[in-house]
Amino acid sequence: METGLSILIGLFFTVSVYLMLSKELVRMLLGIAILGNAVNLLIFTAGRLTREVPPLIPEELYTPAVQTANPLPQALVLTAIVISFSFLAFLLVLAFRAYQELGTDDANEMRVAEPADEQAPPQGY
Amino acid sequence: MRTIIFRTIAPYLAALMILFSVFVLLRGHNEPGGGFIGGLIAASALAIYGIACGVASVRRAIVFHPMSISAFGLFIAVLAGLPSLLLKQSYMTSQWLSFRFFDVNVDLSTPMLFDIGVYFVVVGSIASIALALEERESD
Amino acid sequence: MAGSSVSVDISQAMAVAPVSAGDWLIVAPSILTLLGGSLCLMTRKNTQAQPKIGLIFMVLLVAANIGLLARVLDKGVITMVMGNWLPPFGIAFTADALGVTLSTIASIVALCAALYGSATIDNTGRRYGFYPFLLLLMTGVSGAFLTADIFNLYVWFEVLLISSYGLLVLGNDRPQLDGSVKYGILNLIGTNLFLIATGLLYGMFGTLNMADLATKVAALENGASGTLATIAALYLLAFAMKAAAFPVNFWLPASYHTPNIAVSAVFAGLLTKVGVYALIRVFVLLLPGSRAYMADLIALVAMATMMSGAMGALAQGEVRRILGYLVIAGIGSMLGGVAVGSTLAISGAIFYAVHSIIVMTALYMAAGVMMLMGGSYRLRELGGLYQASPAFAAVFLVLGFAVSGLPPFSGFWPKVMLVDAALGDGRYWLAGVILLSGFLTTLAIGRIWIFAFWRGGPEGTADGTSTVRISPIGQLGSAALWLPIGILTALVVYFGLQPEWMLQVVSRGASGVVEPLGYVRSVFGGL
Repeated sequence: METGLSILIGLFFTVSVYLMLSKELVRMLLGIAILGNAVNLLIFTAGRLTREVPPLIPEELYTPAVQTANPLPQALVLTAIVISFSFLAFLLVLAFRAYQELGTDDANEMRVAEPADEQAPPQGY
Repeated sequence: MRTIIFRTIAPYLAALMILFSVFVLLRGHNEPGGGFIGGLIAASALAIYGIACGVASVRRAIVFHPMSISAFGLFIAVLAGLPSLLLKQSYMTSQWLSFRFFDVNVDLSTPMLFDIGVYFVVVGSIASIALALEERESD
Repeated sequence: MAGSSVSVDISQAMAVAPVSAGDWLIVAPSILTLLGGSLCLMTRKNTQAQPKIGLIFMVLLVAANIGLLARVLDKGVITMVMGNWLPPFGIAFTADALGVTLSTIASIVALCAALYGSATIDNTGRRYGFYPFLLLLMTGVSGAFLTADIFNLYVWFEVLLISSYGLLVLGNDRPQLDGSVKYGILNLIGTNLFLIATGLLYGMFGTLNMADLATKVAALENGASGTLATIAALYLLAFAMKAAAFPVNFWLPASYHTPNIAVSAVFAGLLTKVGVYALIRVFVLLLPGSRAYMADLIALVAMATMMSGAMGALAQGEVRRILGYLVIAGIGSMLGGVAVGSTLAISGAIFYAVHSIIVMTALYMAAGVMMLMGGSYRLRELGGLYQASPAFAAVFLVLGFAVSGLPPFSGFWPKVMLVDAALGDGRYWLAGVILLSGFLTTLAIGRIWIFAFWRGGPEGTADGTSTVRISPIGQLGSAALWLPIGILTALVVYFGLQPEWMLQVVSRGASGVVEPLGYVRSVFGGL
């Protein structure tokens, strides 16, 4: 089970790196979205997998009766999902605004902050 | 989208969803539910109402700016950790107040206050994104 | 839990000893800034009240940090676990000399920026949330400095990152959007790498508490095993991205000159240093074996960072962008300290971080005043500022000497320590590059001073016949502009002339991470 998921995570990382190497912002953002999912799966797998035993403690006990799924990675993944979701939403809006204002989504042509024809500094006076 | 059926149903549906979101919020301590999921339900209610009746009427209905609602939630979530200061315990240690109210056992607690805070944070932030996107579409 | 009738011994899982109010100071920085930030956000429309609320909470933040610093220096490392759940299950906040020193300096700088911002941020900027975002940024920064849980560190990173996005796009104009896209995407990838490494670390050790991790890593027989080296490499890349170290530093000069100058000042002071702090925390405290294993690589990165920063500064003609490259050059020096890794080197790196936080913020603030006086950030269009205000020119020169590492200012001592440590470790190249980058920095700063201050007027005018009206600093009036610069410059001079106290503090901080026994004992010992 862990092996299969590891291979899947590897595939996710491959796809996301490929997309992030692109020049277009939209592809980069898609890459980042997949990267976030890859990371979440990785944390989930790193916490070891247990099937069909939710980490619930029966009412009369103080520790689980049988070996259950590890709840901590689930909490971590939940946190990470919320964070990556909000960041992705922000970056999508930002990319859209940048596209409207700069008229391009090609990272090579985004030279407003760092103009290509910047003057050299003065050498002496 | 703005069919007459949808416009007629939407206010009732939104009201029902908000009621349900409060139910989900309050049962969240020991059962599935809680502030986050409740907040998402409430925010989707606002979004549905916005699609049906326009963003302006949603903004009128919730009175405060969504970001202010979010900030209010953050504020009370942080406050929820403070009572344990008086009892010489660590930050965020849960405190319980149990009493009988007309033959019903009522348990009030700081985790619930925290959950209510989370609820408002989620309602506010998701609603502000949703409303902003709906507004852009209707321009 | 309420209603349960069974009594059970909870002392195995929960702290039962009373927590004194003084220990609450550990969480006070995060709580205060969260409360202040949310209050500010609620009253966002009231542009007159915003600076007042912001300043009140910043003053409280500084007071809490100073109280915490005094307590840590008095009692040693202190720990508090959230919700009384014992570590490693509960999330612990631990204040040691390293974290609390940086947190204190950061809060002073943020207070200065809040004051400075009350003069440079207009009402639109206030409505868009300068003060709420600044306070929430400080939540993230303080939390990152004080947490003892590595996943929690990731969360604080994200808190400060999302607030920094808010600050960065405050004015919403074209260069800002351009800079924000690059800043946003690269920093998000950086934090994702951090998360990957943390997930792998959790998979390997089953814990996220730093003290627990430090113990378990040390217990592992071969400190530089394959998986651990991979994790360390991922951390190095992630924090190098955060700190703007050489191969991944391009987002910094692309974005730091775009926002309002008060925002640039905070960013230049704080954000990259949080990355350096995390690097010190993870590599020296958690993974000392991997640090030793990768020391040559880190040294190489440090040298490349210093050189690219210093040479980049020489190639720029715009004051803010020169300063952006100088931030990078400073990061290189701190990385040099991490590469050497002895107590002396880490002390030097921490002292350098303290110095760099103060001096870079002050320099950006000074650049803002130069803009107000001369009407431009470009060296070609500046001139005659010395005539307009000799005092301001002197202050800029002090800051310039400090950032170049010349005595008798605050940059001198950490450089001495770093060079000494590098020579002691036999890394002559590193020592040489530290000195060389200091020299090149002097050239870059000297160029700003000569062109913007010393010569009579902008390019094309003869000396002393400038037709451009220079607003004298007196006319800029507002104490909100010169008071922050004054406070920070005073600190720079004080740490330069009287470094003994700071040297003591940073060497305590450094020995606290090099020899983590006190840290571990604070987390797991009696609470």
